[in-house]
Amino acid sequence: MFKILSKTQLNAVVWEFVLEAPLLAQHAKPGQFLIVRAGETGERIPLTICDYDAEKGTVTIVFQPVGVSTMKFQELNPGDAFDDVVGPLGRPSELLSLSDEELRSKKILFVCGGVGTAPVYPQVKWLNAHGVKADVIIGCRTHDLLFYEDKMRDVAGNLYVTTDDGSYMHKGVVTTVIDELVAEGKHYDLCVAIGPMIMMKFCTLTTKKYEIPTIVSMNPIMVDGTGMCGACRLTVGDEVKFACVDGPEFDGFKIDWAECLKRSQMYKTVEGEAKLRYEEGRTHEGGCGHCG
Amino acid sequence: MADVMKKIPVREQDPKVRAGNFDEVCLGYNEEEAVAEAQRCLNCKNARCIEGCPVGIHINEFIAKVKERDFTGAYQIISESSSLPAVCGRVCPQETQCEGRCVRGVKGEAISIGKLERFVADRAREEGIRPAKPEKTNGHKVAVVGSGPAGLTCAGDLARLGYEVTVFEALHKAGGVLTYGIPEFRLPKDEVVAKEVENVESLGVKICTDVIVGRTESVDELFDEGFEAVFIGSGAGLPMFMGIPGENANGVFSANEYLTRNNLMKAFRDDYDTPIFKAKKVVVVGGGNVAMDAARTALRLGADVHLVYRRSEAELPARAEEVHHAKEEGIVFDLLTNPVEILTDENDYVTGIRCVRMELGEPDASGRRRPVVIEGSEFEMACDAVIMSLGTSPNPLIASTTEGLDTNRKKCIVAEEESGQTSREGIFAGGDAVSGAATVILAMGAGKVGAKGIDAYIRGKEA
Repeated sequence: MFKILSKTQLNAVVWEFVLEAPLLAQHAKPGQFLIVRAGETGERIPLTICDYDAEKGTVTIVFQPVGVSTMKFQELNPGDAFDDVVGPLGRPSELLSLSDEELRSKKILFVCGGVGTAPVYPQVKWLNAHGVKADVIIGCRTHDLLFYEDKMRDVAGNLYVTTDDGSYMHKGVVTTVIDELVAEGKHYDLCVAIGPMIMMKFCTLTTKKYEIPTIVSMNPIMVDGTGMCGACRLTVGDEVKFACVDGPEFDGFKIDWAECLKRSQMYKTVEGEAKLRYEEGRTHEGGCGHCG
Repeated sequence: MADVMKKIPVREQDPKVRAGNFDEVCLGYNEEEAVAEAQRCLNCKNARCIEGCPVGIHINEFIAKVKERDFTGAYQIISESSSLPAVCGRVCPQETQCEGRCVRGVKGEAISIGKLERFVADRAREEGIRPAKPEKTNGHKVAVVGSGPAGLTCAGDLARLGYEVTVFEALHKAGGVLTYGIPEFRLPKDEVVAKEVENVESLGVKICTDVIVGRTESVDELFDEGFEAVFIGSGAGLPMFMGIPGENANGVFSANEYLTRNNLMKAFRDDYDTPIFKAKKVVVVGGGNVAMDAARTALRLGADVHLVYRRSEAELPARAEEVHHAKEEGIVFDLLTNPVEILTDENDYVTGIRCVRMELGEPDASGRRRPVVIEGSEFEMACDAVIMSLGTSPNPLIASTTEGLDTNRKKCIVAEEESGQTSREGIFAGGDAVSGAATVILAMGAGKVGAKGIDAYIRGKEA
């Protein structure tokens, strides 16, 4: 069992848990993910590692409840435990293979969308620790959904926040900010985009225009996460890759986005039904005329 | 009086009934049936059946005990050689191993050695008999990577010799392929697999789940922690696909995924959250035991199932019993047929599969006649799901994170056949990680060899 040490609500829909997982914390690197499972009947849910502390033996996860399993996570509290926390999985960020000198010679831009802000944080923090200040764009629908602003500002170079409705700082989506930065004459050697698949897709369309090589972190459907089931396969260039062992980070220009987006919908109906059953099971008190 | 030339038949669930449930197909012998079958055994002095057993169970001796109704004695004899008798009695290909060598089989039917083994193991379990824990350990620590048949066997054998063994399992449940791969209706998880794992634990073996060696800890770190030897039984890995158009469409699964969702994650049960694709018509591609398992699982989940295989029935790699059971349950075999494209709708969901008919030509490198496409034979079959069961290629994780560990052309770990010794001192390996996809019992045999190799290695260091 893996104890929950703290639980923080980051905004109306996003939660942060700090978990006790010493072996995992000692081996985690930016870019990797883990799998959590709560309860015997729960699914294995892959989540990108959002922070880790080798000394304290803790890892941080951030999630937005969307299906039954993540809704159950939300109901857990400090002192409760996850049945399973396993990882680190996947390959670390490629930035880790560069020397400090190479890193310092690069101007890096991170683009985060929504809950994707959380997994960007350890990468920016790691770069900061290696003397590199990366610029960061955080995009969210509205100001209330913004989180990690101060944390990110502490480790980033320039931080740009953009909201779809203009309720805070820039108005617009992340790609508008990229356009503006380039128009201002900013130069970037590398972009790392993490967020919803659709946002990563549009981000790569924009960065391609400016020829900024772009890394994305893919979060397809997975079962075991160790290279056994092939559920997470995606087409990168001419090759079929498994996100769990070959990724999760890939060259964003080479990804077949249409295929990835369709594959991510595979269980939408089944999951939607399960979610309804779960919610109704909790709140439905009868009297609708359809139940006993 | 029963015909002594024939096996005592084993009771099975009716095919029509079992096609709609996940309960075990084979019901096994009762005491009277087991004793009657044991009485057919000639108790040969030079028992050839033992030579056919990859773990060398003293078959004639345990059957003699069954004849005397000393079932505990029979269990102790089996336990000397096998850590997983209730599993082997169910899933071993006895017809090509022990039973294939049985003298009774020359003129009549071989003794049902597998069914007798199963009876003895089940009886011991029902009576709460466990293998005895060694009185004291020898103080030497060994790590085993993977809790599948190879790992559990290696761990069990080493524990019997007095070693302090820790098994590291990547998934959240122990058992490896016994847990995620082989379906409930062939190998019940709670009653059989979990109990066999508990038996190995009762020998003093410690099992740590949720540890991925190569990620959570490296093999070298295990040595740093004081393990003197490491056995790698990490199993098969990445599923193979055909590389045909449409293979990444929604509704195309590897057999590994389909079976893992259902066996490990129990998608067939309403009380589990695991989603599974509810298909009306499923095409399974492949002809091995895993293909049979996937097909029979899809059938039980309510689909019409066709199995497509490019060679003829004689070449089906699956056990005859599995093919027979699949046919009885209503799986349609489209033999000498090979897919060329998976057809999809505008949202990329599977709508059908385009195949060609094949004929057998000259024998190929495997000795089997090579299937050749019949020109102009293309046809389409409607379906909404396709399950690819084409085998696996080894998971590169351990080899790529362990310096000096050699792999071969097929990326399998290289290990000496007689000891399991790899290219790195103190590291041994066996099972699918070495051989590529094979059977439970061959992995167990390799686990046994590895245990002997490790024992000799550690003794050699002491001397």
